[in-house]
Amino acid sequence: MDIEHLVMMANDIGAYFAGYPSHDEAVVAIEHHLRHFWEPRMRRDLIEYAARGGAGLKPLVREAIDLMARQTGPEAEDRND
Amino acid sequence: MRSRQDSDFSTPRRESARTVTLEIDGRPVAVPEGTSVIRAAAEAGINIPKLCATDSLEPFGSCRLCLVEIEGQKGYPASCTTPVRDGLKVRTESPALARLRRGVMELYISDHPLDCLTCPANGNCELQDMAGAVGLREVRYRAGANHLHAEKDTSNPYFTFDPSKCIVCSRCVRACEEVQGTYALTIDGRGFSSVVSPGQKQSFAASECVSCGACVQACPTATLMENSVIELGQPEHSVVTTCGYCGVGCSFRAEMKGDLVARMAPNPNGQANHGHSCVKGRFAWGYATHPDRVMRPMIRKSIDQPWNEVSWDEAIAYAASEFKRIQQKYGRGSIGAITSSRCTNEETFLVQKLVRAVFGNNNVDTCARVCHSPTGYGLKTAFGTSATTQDFDSVMQADVMMVIGANVTEGHPVFAAQMKRRLRQGARLIVIDPRVTEIVRLPHVAASYHLQLKPGTNVALINAIAHVIVTEDLIDEKFVAERCDPREFETWKRFIADERNSPEAAEKITGVAAEQIRGAARMYANAPNGAIYYGLGVTEHSQGSTMVLGIANLAMITGNIGRLGVGVNPLRGQNNVQGACDMGSFPHEFSGYRHISDPVVRATFDAAWGVQVDPEPGLRIPNMFDAALDGSFMGLYVQGEDVAQSEPNGKHVTAALQAMECIVVQDLFMNETAQYAHVFLPGSSFLEKNGTFTNSERRISMVRKVTAPIAGKEDWEITCELATALGYPMKYRHPSEIMDEIARLTPTFSGVSYAKLERLGSVQWPCNDKAPAGTPVMHIGEFVRGKGKLSITEYVPTEERTNSQFPLILTTGRILTQYNVGTQTRRTANASMHAEDRLEIHPADAELRGIRDGDMVAVAARRGETRLRASITERVQPGVVYTTFHHPESHTNDLMSEHSDWATNCPEYKVTAVQVKALAASEQARAAAGG
Repeated sequence: MDIEHLVMMANDIGAYFAGYPSHDEAVVAIEHHLRHFWEPRMRRDLIEYAARGGAGLKPLVREAIDLMARQTGPEAEDRND
Repeated sequence: MRSRQDSDFSTPRRESARTVTLEIDGRPVAVPEGTSVIRAAAEAGINIPKLCATDSLEPFGSCRLCLVEIEGQKGYPASCTTPVRDGLKVRTESPALARLRRGVMELYISDHPLDCLTCPANGNCELQDMAGAVGLREVRYRAGANHLHAEKDTSNPYFTFDPSKCIVCSRCVRACEEVQGTYALTIDGRGFSSVVSPGQKQSFAASECVSCGACVQACPTATLMENSVIELGQPEHSVVTTCGYCGVGCSFRAEMKGDLVARMAPNPNGQANHGHSCVKGRFAWGYATHPDRVMRPMIRKSIDQPWNEVSWDEAIAYAASEFKRIQQKYGRGSIGAITSSRCTNEETFLVQKLVRAVFGNNNVDTCARVCHSPTGYGLKTAFGTSATTQDFDSVMQADVMMVIGANVTEGHPVFAAQMKRRLRQGARLIVIDPRVTEIVRLPHVAASYHLQLKPGTNVALINAIAHVIVTEDLIDEKFVAERCDPREFETWKRFIADERNSPEAAEKITGVAAEQIRGAARMYANAPNGAIYYGLGVTEHSQGSTMVLGIANLAMITGNIGRLGVGVNPLRGQNNVQGACDMGSFPHEFSGYRHISDPVVRATFDAAWGVQVDPEPGLRIPNMFDAALDGSFMGLYVQGEDVAQSEPNGKHVTAALQAMECIVVQDLFMNETAQYAHVFLPGSSFLEKNGTFTNSERRISMVRKVTAPIAGKEDWEITCELATALGYPMKYRHPSEIMDEIARLTPTFSGVSYAKLERLGSVQWPCNDKAPAGTPVMHIGEFVRGKGKLSITEYVPTEERTNSQFPLILTTGRILTQYNVGTQTRRTANASMHAEDRLEIHPADAELRGIRDGDMVAVAARRGETRLRASITERVQPGVVYTTFHHPESHTNDLMSEHSDWATNCPEYKVTAVQVKALAASEQARAAAGG
């Protein structure tokens, strides 16, 4: 998937939740949103991109992706089988 | 003219707690106080002759046919303008009354062409009926001055005005005023010279007439008559169905001559429209039989080959084999489907079932996401349910209406007519829109505040309004304490009270004067009943969901939720946007907005469908396109949608469509998307199918087949056959069986059945054991989610910015006579009413660029360029240009950016940075010719 587009969309989500008063709540909310609304291959691509350095990802979004990666596990849930 | 089968009670129904008892022709009659004598008689089954009275209009007392005798009262009062009183004794027939009525009728008939046998109203004419009812046998007056040679006005493409048949009862004039609120008609002249006149002695086409048909509906003679009836003759049978155009969901009687529609007459018993209509629903149904309709299934191996007509079996088998091949090659998630907001609930439900149960993934999305998904997200987050809180009739209790980003008179005209009625009664209006929409100033309607903000700054403005309410102690503390989550409220209150959300800060962002914001905030907050209505000007932004949350916040802190006359009311664009969302068209939700990750919900579907539904969200439409270009999404089933024209960033879309290996398009016409398709399955129009639509007010209404499907199959049948060919038999005998399945699997629909819809006319969901007749107003006493959630709504500017190269903001909207991408309306006479999309530009911006009114101009954005004809107007502010998107040759969507709502990917159609340039004379000519 077009990683630039994925990064842009993830950062848009992050921009909304950045308004949350608590940093930790914002990170959890971003992770929750990505998990509930993004198809697995999009999440997988984003996790892989973050693992490669994740240039352009906002710090808050990076944290949320890291959280998602930890919760998802190494299999990266490829459901396009 | 109304159909004879519609009972007409002569004057409107009155509401009163007090009942009045009177005697009519010796019979005791009890009616609400305020009822007219003629209506009381009609309710008792006694029909008093009349011509100027009809129950859709206030009494007028001009025709003098409804005279009665009242014991103890001198003279012969008109029963339409005489209210009932306790103990009144009324006599409706007597020799004196008969003599008077015959005399009146004799005068009418003396100036009427006695061509009944060749008149288009023959057999359905109130004048004819009344001549019979009063026993008129001869006309004693000799020939004299008359109106028999008055010229017909045929300027309107849909109806003819024949003044020679006019009895000057003023029903048409009053309908235009009272029902539609346009005031296009008047009575010109006095006495014998009195004639009905559109505008200042203009033709109908040249006047302010909006072709809603209210005058035609009200006319008791053949003076205003549908051209289709003039051509075909009076209809001989009819079927009640629901309009296939906008989200108002008007009920119509399809009046038929054999299997031809003679006219679509608005149903007086329609619970959404109460007998009113607009130009589209009333007249623009001819597309259903347009020669462009594709009649035979077609296939081709690749899009550079010609189409081959094939049998249904062959087309279905080919589509199924291609989908199977693609999944084997690229994986289970490599195919998906798009449902249509124009198809029925049942058809939409089947497509998402096909994806979940047969494709084995959740790659299903809908055009409803393209326009209104922020509504679903925002209202579900705030209140716990993804839909409007009110019914339309609730507006009649509103004291202040806030209309945000909705051009109601053009996008939702029949509801707008009701809204205007309430405004004429004295309700106040706040309009928030970058453009001077029609509702801002109309005859007898003027907005108290028009907050003309810069496109893209909605959230800053709604926050500033909330800031005023919080800092000026205008909060409904009791409501908030009882109904909202206290922790979230306190957090939100601190956020919104911050200076960065003040009207003064917002003024710099929005361009709206701080005092205007303060005034509007006070007006809304202090209203006994404040109602918010909004449209795509709220949702189609990168912060669309944030704005919906902001609107919900506003309603909650002012206590404007959970009763009549208040609420948060999204106005849906296409006929079944609400239904498409309700039916589980989103890639993360089952019907009834239940997340697919919920194991309990999923288990019910697993059991019912005999499969294991994937618990992960699927791809949305733009994700499908990205995945197609990535090589992981190769097959698409598109039912009744034209993504090539309607999706933003058109070049990206067409590149993705070209990349796919099998696209199946099911539609009425060879649309733009079909250029990239491999299988074409001819669909059926709303006149050719059974099912239900759900309108903007959650109202589920029956769609009934009035004629056989032209291409042979209803849309739901095609989906069933495709599923069966893929190895998953779908064997429904009738859409009622699909609705039964929806009811079994969807708690908010559990009480819905075709039998109930037949009995009640329509129901608003939730319709279940708790609310067996449906739910007109939601969140009474408690929100669906329990406590209302106030969300932080920080203003985040869109990334789509102006600069020296693209200094103007382009925003988009609709026009009354066209619908969506124009697929249907362009194939009707409406095309003559709006032949092209135009670019509205402020005089200052036009002068700066040397643009004259009517010039073709180049409109360039970062992603593309198009040509449009300019209209110079102060409806737009300097720095903002505006256009509609009803014509494919405009390529408006090619200009749009890839930006979308953060939560839902609803495209940001409303904010595009552009430059507009004048064209040289030679280019003008080429552009005008479409070159």
